Amino acid sequence: MDKLIMYLQHPLVLRALIVGVLIAFCSSLLGVTLVLKRFSFIGDGLSHVAFGGIAIASVCNLSNRMLIVLPVTVISAILLLRTGKSAKIKGDAAIAMISVAALAFGYLLMNLTSSSSNLSGDVCSTLFGSTSILTLTRWEVILCAVLSAATLLIFLLFYHKFFAVTFDEDFAKASGIKADRYNLLIAVIIAVIIVLAMNLVGSLLISALVIFPALSAMRLFRTFRSVTICSAVLSVTGALSGILLSILAGTPVGSTIVAVDAVLFGICFLAGKIRGIN
Amino acid sequence: MPLIRVSDLSLGYDSQIILKGLNFVVNAGDYLCIVGENGSGKSTLMKTLLHLTPPLGGKIEFSDGLSENEIGYLPQQTLVQRDFPASVKEIVLSGCQGKCGLRPFYNKAEKELAKKNMERMEIADLSNRCYRELSGGQQQRVLLARALCAAEKVLLLDEPVSGLDPVVTEKMYSLIKRLNEEQVTIIMISHDIAAAVRYATHILHIGDSIFFGTGEEYLKSKEGSLFLKKADEEEKKNG
Repeated sequence: MDKLIMYLQHPLVLRALIVGVLIAFCSSLLGVTLVLKRFSFIGDGLSHVAFGGIAIASVCNLSNRMLIVLPVTVISAILLLRTGKSAKIKGDAAIAMISVAALAFGYLLMNLTSSSSNLSGDVCSTLFGSTSILTLTRWEVILCAVLSAATLLIFLLFYHKFFAVTFDEDFAKASGIKADRYNLLIAVIIAVIIVLAMNLVGSLLISALVIFPALSAMRLFRTFRSVTICSAVLSVTGALSGILLSILAGTPVGSTIVAVDAVLFGICFLAGKIRGIN
Repeated sequence: MPLIRVSDLSLGYDSQIILKGLNFVVNAGDYLCIVGENGSGKSTLMKTLLHLTPPLGGKIEFSDGLSENEIGYLPQQTLVQRDFPASVKEIVLSGCQGKCGLRPFYNKAEKELAKKNMERMEIADLSNRCYRELSGGQQQRVLLARALCAAEKVLLLDEPVSGLDPVVTEKMYSLIKRLNEEQVTIIMISHDIAAAVRYATHILHIGDSIFFGTGEEYLKSKEGSLFLKKADEEEKKNG
């Protein structure tokens, strides 16, 4: 306990907690929509694209990686959504294609040009997040806070529209809602969240952050609003306890958070069974 | 002036025409049933009427009083909806979304409208229940209430009774009939030819040959008698 209090007084740990909670909160908001729209893997695909973006950024020796990673990921999100409709390459195949290609090119680039002596360490920390959450700069914390606030605002403003578009796209279109625009907005927000979440859990584990809280909440609740609220609460709980646990136990942050999320899912699954919902 | 006038319409997907030379009119208060075999283009016609698929030729005119978003739509159930966590109230309210424009929240009038339509469809007591736990007939009534929130004047129903048992089917038909008596224009795609002849004022048969006319005329027509015979045989085979 003393150890925990000592750590909590450290500004780096505080920053990590703030950023962790913000990211977890945002990523859970759209999780429900993604799961229901059968888009679960978009998060995975985009995170690999973001990995490629990071590789490019480090090749160019940019001090601020976000400048490359954010636009690249957002554009890929838009492209993925478009191909999903044009049926020439089906949605899931397109995602698989783009994501592995980005992963391969990213690693290639890093390998060919890296001046770092610890290449596999670099790659590992990009993929699994490792300790980067504890070395956040002030600027990154502010960026994260601003983007999270924007995500929350957009989500609140368009909550009912996201609901309508997720539940029944054809009906929404027929009643005059510009469904395509909202789909695009959803994709862009997801791309932003993923870039943010890479700091927290690394690019391989992001899907877990988006999907687990939504799935857990769906075990317990039956209305869209309660599922959304519950998944936000679960996600924040998971991130907070995950970060604290990892500090105390000295485990990697990202995988600890995801492990906590997975355990929470197990609990919710059992609770749902006992209450006889599913 | 009819509510909807369709003249020389061609429909299909990706510029592949599956049906052409379609002419019919829908007047206010009509009950039109669209019948035809699977793959004849019934669903495509519905999507074209809803502006979800562009027409490949000819035109659809709406009369002055009816704007294109004033058509309520009851789609067939999708896979997504089967495990969707949403309450009846949330779904019915979402029918008002088209009226909201960019306003983020529902206003009082819209909540009132949703409540009224839930009462109309006799699902007011289910308002806080989860959609996926309802029976098939209840789910259809929820979607019908949502369609009524979107539009008062015209309803397009895509196979509203598919998958329902006979008792619930009858109940669904009488609900639709009642709406029609309340001056809601009904356009319905149906497989159930016997019910179509019984309830509809007009019938549109699409397929190799096209027929449009009143229910009585349909029974006497070549298309109608052929189709009825076929449906009879199938019933005997199945039953």
